Amino acid sequence: MTNFYKDNDDIVFLFKHLDLGRVANLQEEGFRFASEFEHAPANEAEAVQNYDLVLEALGQLSGEFIAPRAEAVDRQGNTLNEDGTVSYADGIREALDALSKADVMGFTLPHRFGGLNFPNLVYSMANEMVSRADASLMNIFGLQGIAETINAFADENIKQHYLHDFSAGKVTGAMVLTEPDAGSDLQAVKLRAYQDADGNWFLHGVKRFITNGCGEVLLVLARSEPDRAGGLGLSLFVCDRGPTVHIRRLEDKLGIHGSPTCEIFFDNTPCQIIGERQRGLVTYVMSLMNGARIGIAAQSMGIAEAAYRIARDYASSRKQFGVAIEKLPAVRELVTDMKIALEAGRALLYETSRVVDHEIYLTKMTELYPSTDKEQMKAYKTELRKIGRFAAMLTPMSKYYCSEMCNTVSYDSIQVLGGSGYMRDYASERHARDARITTIYEGTSQLQVVAAVRGVSSGSAEKYIAELAAKSYDPAVADLLVHLQKGTELMVKAAAFVKEKGVEYMDLYGRPLVDIAMDLIIGYLFLDQASTKVEMEVSVSGDNGRANGQSVSMKQRKAMVARRFITRSAPKNVARAELIMSGDRSIFADYPVLVGPVVTE
Amino acid sequence: MSYNCVVLIKQVPDTKRITGQAMNEDGTVNRAALPAIFNPEDLNALEMAIQIKDKFGGKVTVVTMGLPAAGRVLRESLFRGADDGVLVTDRRAAASDTLATSYILSCAVKKFNPDIVLCGRQAIDGDTAQVGPQCAEKLGMGQVTCVEELIDLKGKSVTARRATGHGWQEVRCKLPALLTVVDTANEPRVSGGKRLMKYKNARTPAEVAVETKAANAGADETTLKKLTEEACNKLKAKGLLIKQWDLDMIEADLKWCGRDGSPTKVHRIQSVVLTAKESKSVDPGEDGIRSMIRELIVDKTIA
Repeated sequence: MTNFYKDNDDIVFLFKHLDLGRVANLQEEGFRFASEFEHAPANEAEAVQNYDLVLEALGQLSGEFIAPRAEAVDRQGNTLNEDGTVSYADGIREALDALSKADVMGFTLPHRFGGLNFPNLVYSMANEMVSRADASLMNIFGLQGIAETINAFADENIKQHYLHDFSAGKVTGAMVLTEPDAGSDLQAVKLRAYQDADGNWFLHGVKRFITNGCGEVLLVLARSEPDRAGGLGLSLFVCDRGPTVHIRRLEDKLGIHGSPTCEIFFDNTPCQIIGERQRGLVTYVMSLMNGARIGIAAQSMGIAEAAYRIARDYASSRKQFGVAIEKLPAVRELVTDMKIALEAGRALLYETSRVVDHEIYLTKMTELYPSTDKEQMKAYKTELRKIGRFAAMLTPMSKYYCSEMCNTVSYDSIQVLGGSGYMRDYASERHARDARITTIYEGTSQLQVVAAVRGVSSGSAEKYIAELAAKSYDPAVADLLVHLQKGTELMVKAAAFVKEKGVEYMDLYGRPLVDIAMDLIIGYLFLDQASTKVEMEVSVSGDNGRANGQSVSMKQRKAMVARRFITRSAPKNVARAELIMSGDRSIFADYPVLVGPVVTE
Repeated sequence: MSYNCVVLIKQVPDTKRITGQAMNEDGTVNRAALPAIFNPEDLNALEMAIQIKDKFGGKVTVVTMGLPAAGRVLRESLFRGADDGVLVTDRRAAASDTLATSYILSCAVKKFNPDIVLCGRQAIDGDTAQVGPQCAEKLGMGQVTCVEELIDLKGKSVTARRATGHGWQEVRCKLPALLTVVDTANEPRVSGGKRLMKYKNARTPAEVAVETKAANAGADETTLKKLTEEACNKLKAKGLLIKQWDLDMIEADLKWCGRDGSPTKVHRIQSVVLTAKESKSVDPGEDGIRSMIRELIVDKTIA
């Protein structure tokens, strides 16, 4: 009877704490769908109840059905059959069937295509739970952004053709972007798209490292303008898996063994264009990637949660020197840091998801249903510009923070278990292997920093933090505000310094600068949680690591979390600012000497 | 061909969560202290019925007999994929033993003229495993108990594998037939998202009455009756009113129902309390083992 929703106090708390009713109101566009679809909610309370019920069902499926299969999935992996088809591990195949029956494969798709029309915020919670059960399954369940991209940009007939099948779980998709010479740099994509005399499009060429490339519906980035280099020569296409789509190999990977990573050869494959020519990379893939980044942040949360739980359990039961090892200061600190880092990542991810939902709503209001009321339109557009900038900064921050956090936490999980953690007897080593990809795909941490630092240097971070600072906080934690105010001053100074030094310098010190901004944002989010109106009691751990019958309010507990996080990040921010403002760019000149040449035979 | 399936389900106290307060002084179960749940093997029966519908088409109707609160398991069945549900509730059915219960359920099942009736092998509160077989007898249909796999369904016959404890047995049976299902048969699906969203407000008239009373404290009987009726009509218009039948509606003969229809007499109740005692060390030598074996034979732990 394990439910990954109900057994997670922090998710249950945030579900109540975050204003989901307001999010629902935007998502359901004032609840106008209730008259047309029998399952669509008629008001805020009903929508929130729907979210809660579906998360509970998915939490049960994750805990009781998916998680018990994860180890076997990791061992079995995928098979490339002689006929060129790919077979998933049994556990993945069964889980996908169960997820389809649970109606969750069209999580965010509109009602009219058979989806649940849930907001990204709830989808992030869902993705986290599924990833905690089996990180590799998230690569199929969690990439519903593929269908979302079709929904956002394709013609109505393409939508009608594909989206019902996505919602019903009859098809899965892949985002087919990467090529041997185009990884992080997608502007270098070469795969050719051409038209015949009748104007039908075809694809020809090779794609590599394609997650779920064996899926039925492929979104392919291809060069439609042969004479045009760079991003503006690329368009986005959709095609079906068919006789002209050849899976040539499956990669043998470190982790996420349940997720098939394919090399695909397109042999003059018929396809349809999504939206307009030349907007493939610059508009559609950018949008797709942003959704996928939030997905990977949620996947990271799930892996970290799973790894943390093993360590927490082990620390209370393993005895050395006559005591449970959690009594030893070093272990106690490790476990505490893991737990707080998890909650920090979750706070940032959920806030980002909420902002993205708001952005999507405003985009709908300005593009899909333009109002005749000019004042209203102007207000929407102004708001959209601002929210859009916040989303563009918070999205890479979440991906960067959560994926790095998940690597640290899963490594520390092994550390807490010591020798046992290094063995395959415990799942910690699987979580660490699964974690490793999260800082790489959908844009490396280094690229997330490049994207996020633009938001910090351009003043978006300052504006966003000012909005957070203007909220009212509980007197019990008001003394912590001064740390965040000082930190903000440091960030503004450091950002100005970096901006003056030029782009190269900015990218050199991007990481510490983004780190400061993230710690401040998370600090405020924790203060907000510590000022909650939600009344919720949480259990306290006894000497044996089990609930000791005592409880404390979540509000008090979050005040404790906020205090520890903010007071510990304050001195780090001082050090980071000092480093950033050192003006030291010697690495550019010293690099050849410091690293020396590559040794050849 | 498609099949008309009826699934018999029961709401039971969760006997896995027995605590100190779970038993009354007189040795009966204190139902208030235990959470009420969907009888686990009934979920396996429901899953089998839904799989039959998924594969062959047809309809799945769930039937339960119990108090108004049993509306919950009917709702859960709708969430998982049942098409229709019926609550059989009647004060005159109180104190029914397995024989009376089987009679009442069989009267309700007859109304649907099913091809296949499915139920869990047994309920975790009584563990009798009698209701399914007795229903089959009263309905005059064949029965296959302890089904762990539905091997084939063709025309008017079903082939199934029975778990016999130490092995299995493959049997074929003419339809209509009643199958009792064991927990190894399948892994029941969870609630479907859209079905949850649609049916979360589905209620039986008995539940509506309880909720109306709670929401209108102090209102007189006539007002409550009127409000309940209004609320029921509203639900009915949305297709969310769950059917509720009494013994008259299923044309049951009252002499076979409730206390009158229940020959079972409780002879004696034993409250067995297992408590941990201190451990005993056994000398690892031959003598120690021999004396331990002797002790175990004397207290009849081993024969």
